[in-house]
Amino acid sequence: MEFKPKIKSENLSLYYGDFCALKDVNISIPEKEITAIIGPSGCGKSTLLRCFNRMNDFIDNVKVEGKVIIDGQNILSEDTNLIELRKNVGMVFQRPNVFNSSIYDNLNFGIKIHRLIRDKRKVQEVIQKSLEDVGLWDELKDRLYTKNARTLTLEQQQRLCIARVIILKPDIILLDEPCSTLDPISTAKIEELLQVLKKDYTIVIVTHNMQQAARISYWCGFMLLGELIEFARTKKIFTNPYDERTESYITGRFG
Amino acid sequence: MMSAQRVILQEGLGDNKKEGTMERHFDEELAELKKKLSRTASLVREMISASIDALKERKEDLMKFVLDSEEKVNMSQIEIDDEALKLIALRQPAASDLRLIVSVMKMNSELERMADLAVNIVERSKELLKEPPLKPLIDLPRMADIAQGMLDNALQAFLNRDADTARQVCQTDDSVDDLNDQIFRELLTYMLQDPKNINRAIKLILVARYLERIADHATNIAEDVYYIIKGKDIRHHIENNKSL
Repeated sequence: MEFKPKIKSENLSLYYGDFCALKDVNISIPEKEITAIIGPSGCGKSTLLRCFNRMNDFIDNVKVEGKVIIDGQNILSEDTNLIELRKNVGMVFQRPNVFNSSIYDNLNFGIKIHRLIRDKRKVQEVIQKSLEDVGLWDELKDRLYTKNARTLTLEQQQRLCIARVIILKPDIILLDEPCSTLDPISTAKIEELLQVLKKDYTIVIVTHNMQQAARISYWCGFMLLGELIEFARTKKIFTNPYDERTESYITGRFG
Repeated sequence: MMSAQRVILQEGLGDNKKEGTMERHFDEELAELKKKLSRTASLVREMISASIDALKERKEDLMKFVLDSEEKVNMSQIEIDDEALKLIALRQPAASDLRLIVSVMKMNSELERMADLAVNIVERSKELLKEPPLKPLIDLPRMADIAQGMLDNALQAFLNRDADTARQVCQTDDSVDDLNDQIFRELLTYMLQDPKNINRAIKLILVARYLERIADHATNIAEDVYYIIKGKDIRHHIENNKSL
């Protein structure tokens, strides 16, 4: 590979009970780029994403084999500090999951539980910066304490979720179908935001929308039945994939 | 007239279909696009053949055939481009589908240019008809045969998805360039011999030049065909310098 990997999996397999959801996945995700994972439903792409911050730990009866190495550390090892890990590897989900409280509370929540900042003025600054980074500050600056986050538009909510992640200064942002509930204009705005964020963060996005993967990612992985079939530059995947199964999927012959 | 040499086209449907995958309506649209391009290519091939026969045998009906066909090629160029653009916009193709459509658009332009060159040959032939023949034509028809053969092979490579044949077409181009140089040298001697030969010799040199350009366009088409099949760009020997 022509890059230094930020995340690397080695012979990663995952079982839900007897069902093998990931088979021997070896992937290297480059630093400060957008990497997309595509594949049909049930191919294991979300499962793979959730391995990168151990969100699968919340599911019963899961067995994981192999390694996931982030910054040289195998995060699957027992002594991993999961709170630190999930602060460093933030996640944005399919449906925006804002809390039923003010915009300010939503953003302050992470700061409080991680005890990041004590100085209240500084908290204000950090919240302003995070909202500026996701392009919400001008729209919402007068209603930070009064506006309930659930009354925002879906796009604004998703932006707020991204702000809630980046306020903790992670290295990596994982996005699981972040635009699937958004209309095309809102999707385009989120995609623009990701292009800006990639300067500072390693971004991994799982998407059903192949055009989205083609538009925004620089590297792309194709998964099928729990296997990583192909991982290459997005340009290569969409013009001349190596594997016939990738070709069939991206030309709409199955999936 | 030129029907004996007419290329028999195998307009196979659905050769993009792969085992274990579903049928797509898109495949029919792609097959239709290929069919249209093949028809144009076949007509252009006949135009080239007719233009050189017209010069050699001094036949005005063949000249008329070429001139009348040009409009058909022009119209089909617009139609194919329009169809290809529509498929890009509506189908958002990727991988081999994308390579096919983009290359068809490029091949379409090459074919239109080839038809123009056949018309140029006819225009020079008409001028040459006004004077007696300068010499029996041997190398020019040979050159035309090779150029036509290149187009035939490029087309067969396209229809049969045959990358090796496509690559061979590119290698044939050198022999056409050699013949062009040879014809130039020979006609130069006629011009040196007698200034009265200059007018006809220059026109024949131009015809050789047109055939050489036709062979170049056939090479470009073969390169496009190779790209469709293999996904590799072999223009300007780029494959030796860079990998995608």
